[in-house]
Amino acid sequence: MARTVVPFGPQHPVFPEPIQLKLVVEDEIVKEAIPTIGFVHRGLEKLAEIRDFHQMVQVVERTCGICSMIHAMCYCQGLEEMMGIEVPDRARYLRTVWSELHRIHSHLLWLGLHADAFGFESLFMQLWKIREKILDINEATAGNRIIVSVNVVGGVRADLSTDQQRWVLKEVAEVSRMVRALEHPLLEDITVKHRTVGVGVLTREQAHLLGAVGPVARASGLPLDMRLLKYAGFRELEFEPVVETAGDAWARSKVRFREVLQSAHLVRLAIEKLPAGDLSTPFKGQPTGEIVTRIEQPRGECLYYIKGSGKKNLDRVRIRTPTFANVPPMLAMLPGTELANVPVIVLSIDPCISCTER
Amino acid sequence: MSQESEKLLDVPVLGIESVVVHAQRLKDRGLRLVAMTAVDHDEASVDVFYHFGQDLKLEHSRLTVAKGSAVPSISGVFFAALLVENEIQDQFGLTFEGLVLDYHRTLLLDADLTEIPFRSDIKIPPSRST
Repeated sequence: MARTVVPFGPQHPVFPEPIQLKLVVEDEIVKEAIPTIGFVHRGLEKLAEIRDFHQMVQVVERTCGICSMIHAMCYCQGLEEMMGIEVPDRARYLRTVWSELHRIHSHLLWLGLHADAFGFESLFMQLWKIREKILDINEATAGNRIIVSVNVVGGVRADLSTDQQRWVLKEVAEVSRMVRALEHPLLEDITVKHRTVGVGVLTREQAHLLGAVGPVARASGLPLDMRLLKYAGFRELEFEPVVETAGDAWARSKVRFREVLQSAHLVRLAIEKLPAGDLSTPFKGQPTGEIVTRIEQPRGECLYYIKGSGKKNLDRVRIRTPTFANVPPMLAMLPGTELANVPVIVLSIDPCISCTER
Repeated sequence: MSQESEKLLDVPVLGIESVVVHAQRLKDRGLRLVAMTAVDHDEASVDVFYHFGQDLKLEHSRLTVAKGSAVPSISGVFFAALLVENEIQDQFGLTFEGLVLDYHRTLLLDADLTEIPFRSDIKIPPSRST
């Protein structure tokens, strides 16, 4: 059959957000994929010109709903380093708690969408039911279910009472138990394996050369995890990155599954070691200089470049999000696969388009 | 000691003719392209930062070019530069020569938009800056 171009998206049942792939196919085998984005570009970085550096915390949080807290944390830690602000220990640990809660609910959201993509709807419902527990924690501790908005430059604006700590530990233990119960249907079910094992393979070399980050890189054997940079509570909390080696859609879901359990463990450690003290450090002055700062979001490495020149408005805020880095690796996963596998492969990078376009 | 933030002091400056060679050299050393950043340098020029990485370490380079100039693309060396170079074309009006896939300033923007959003002379209208 002659080569045909199949437009895939921007509106497609499997896509939570709009992206288009122009798929060049031959006998239902993908030969090439060309991405088109720009459907949800908002120009958030430009807002730095009219929002002062405190207000920009709320702007960067809206880069992405699902990892909003971690965007704000990355932005704040960049400014704190630039302005020489020492964040109180309690704030560092509280940031760790909320950021790992974000990782858990982001991965549960993705695992559910992944199950839905290959038609396992009851599994999708189970995973999202578990995710509700994390959203309940966010609501009870920060006032919002998704955009928790706990970060300020210099620390955090919310605390965890002793009762809340006990309750969060209990709920997170319950989340771990419920997630473990889904391990077999999620990773060992014969139909699931048929749809994911050997699908969308990215080798370790490809992952490195193409700049893959986060679970996509770790599922291909690269132990790349920005938490090893020891920001926030990770300065003291010991952990090993979750790494798999198969590099396929199955390995990417296994990495995220294991990271849900790992994050639950890190939440427990952070709460158990939560130091007493202030929530934020008062400071004066305006940011001056140029800085690059990085953090590990649920989807991988996120980089912020911030430039200030002693004014209340920053000269530039540049955000390189993890999906932006994972699009080139995704394009390498598609050639040679059947058209029916495209939804699973695209979803396997956990694409966040609003992040990518900002 | 945490090391998540790096102040950009004394970043090595690249000449426009050495950009691709420099990228190839770093690729041969096993580095990956982490990101590129464009930022206004002054009224007449733009800085383009190249952020390369190996494991957890970053290595930065700076290229300063006149606004509206043509810059050699490194997407032939690092395919990962494909999106970011197109984004810089959209936002800063630079042209990357030799891009493996050139969206001609339509990666993020509408085709009929002629303004260059991140140039310092383009301001958000006061009515929207409340």
